[in-house]
Amino acid sequence: MTERTPLYAEHLAAGAKMVDFHGWDMPLHYGSQVEEHHVVRKAAGMFDVSHMTVVDVDGSDAGDWLRRLLANDVAKLEASGRALYSAMLNEDGGILDDLIAYRRDGSWRLVVNSATREADLAWMAAQRRGDVVLTERPDLAMIAVQGPHALARAGKWLGDAAAAVQGLKPFGFVEAGDRFIARTGYTGEDGFEVILPGDEAAAAWQTLLAAGVAPAGLGARDTLRLEAGLNLYGQDMDETATPLESNLAWTVAFKPPERDFIGRAALTRQREQGVPRRLVGVKLEARGVLRRGQQLSYDGRVIGELTSGAFSPTLGAGIGFARIAADVDAEQLQVDMRGKALPVARVKLPFVRRGEGA
Amino acid sequence: MSNIPAELRYAATHEWARLEEDGTVTVGITDHAQDALGDVVFVELPELGIDIQAGSEAGVVESVKAASDIYAPVSGTVIAINEALEEAPETINEDPYGSGWFFKLRPLDKAELDELLDAEGYGEVAESESH
Repeated sequence: MTERTPLYAEHLAAGAKMVDFHGWDMPLHYGSQVEEHHVVRKAAGMFDVSHMTVVDVDGSDAGDWLRRLLANDVAKLEASGRALYSAMLNEDGGILDDLIAYRRDGSWRLVVNSATREADLAWMAAQRRGDVVLTERPDLAMIAVQGPHALARAGKWLGDAAAAVQGLKPFGFVEAGDRFIARTGYTGEDGFEVILPGDEAAAAWQTLLAAGVAPAGLGARDTLRLEAGLNLYGQDMDETATPLESNLAWTVAFKPPERDFIGRAALTRQREQGVPRRLVGVKLEARGVLRRGQQLSYDGRVIGELTSGAFSPTLGAGIGFARIAADVDAEQLQVDMRGKALPVARVKLPFVRRGEGA
Repeated sequence: MSNIPAELRYAATHEWARLEEDGTVTVGITDHAQDALGDVVFVELPELGIDIQAGSEAGVVESVKAASDIYAPVSGTVIAINEALEEAPETINEDPYGSGWFFKLRPLDKAELDELLDAEGYGEVAESESH
C-alpha cells in the first residue's frame, strides 16, 4: 500500500500520471514533463514535495549535536532564519543522506529524503546525545514553488509575508503564522519552498494554481535538478561514496579543526591519500539521451559510469553526471550507448544557470 | 483508456500498420506506447531504400523514460521516412496515428498484414501491460 500526500486529490484533478515513488503515490507528470520543465525555467511551477521527511530538533544540546551529526557546520548559521545544505555521513565518510538544516528561534528543523526516512531516523536516534529531542512531523505538507515568476505569481497567496519572502537571500526563511517559507529549491531557479499544515495544503495549491503556477511532477523535477547540477541521493551519492567523490567537497566544513563530526577522520584520510574518484558533469556531443549506468571510457579504458542521465529540455542534448577515476583530466570522453561509442564532453556544473545554458 | 483505431493493424511490440490506397503500408507507434514512454525526445529512423524483415529492428524511439526499438510489422522496402520527427519528436506524443507516423514500406506480401493483431487483439495486449 502506497502512502498519499494531502495533495493526492489535487494531482488527480490536474490529470497526473501517478507512480510509486519509494512507497509514495506521486505525480510523474501532468501530461508532458518536458513542458513542465520549460514552465519552471520560463515562468512558475509547483511541486508537491510533501513526501519528504521533516524532523524537528529541540533541546539545549541540539546545536552541538548537529555539529557532530552533519559534515557541514551549523555554527555557520549565526542567527535564526538561515539554513544550510549538508551531507550526513557514517564513520567511513559514506553519505547516509543529504538534507537541509534550518535554524529557528531556539530550535532546529531538518528536511531529509523520504526514501531514506527509516534509516535516517534510526541513525539519528542511535547518535543522540544529551538534551536532544527529535520529533518527526508527518502532519506537515511541503510545496516547492519555483521559476522566475514564482514570487510574483505567489504574491497574493503569500499575503502579508510577501515582502519578507522577497527580501530573503537564498537559504533564508521566515515563519509566517503556521507557514514556514524558505528561499530554497531543487531547480536552479528563483522561488521558495513552503512547509505548512497538511490540512491547509490543498487550499494553498488551489490558490497558487489559480494564480498561474503550473503543477509540475517528479519527471520535470529530475531534469531541472540535473541541469542545475544538483545531486540526487541514491543515484549520484550513497553510502559507497564520500562527499569528496560526489562533487560536495564545498559542503564539508573542515574548519574549525576541533569540530569532530561523524566521518571526519575518514574524509581526512581520503584527502591525504588522494580522492580516487570524482563526480563530473558530461554532455553528449551527438544526438541521443544519456542514461544512468552507461559506461564512460577514455583512451580505450573504462573510467567510470553515469550516475544520472537525461535529455536536457533547455539544452536539447543528453546530459548527465558521471563518477570517474580522478586521474583522468581529459575533457573529451566516450560513452557506450547501446553498443555504440559516442563522444561526450566534460562540462562545468551547472549545465543551466537561471534559465540559460552555461 | 488509450485510442486504438479499428481500421489499423497492430504488432504486439506496439507498432501500428495502415494499408494505404496505393498499396503502401504506413507504420507508427500506438497511442498506448507513446503514453507509456512519456515525452519522446529523440528518434532514429530507418534508412530510405533498405529492405527490412517483419519483426526486425527499424529504428529507435527515445523518451524521457527509456529507449525503445521500433520493429517493422511487415516485411518490405522503406520508401519514405518522416524526417519532421527529427526536429519535432513530440509529434509522436501529440498525433501518434497521424503526423507522428514513422516510415512507409512497399510491402513484400500484403498477406502479412493479416497476421497482425486487430484493434481488439491489441487492446488486450495494451490492457495486460497497464497493470
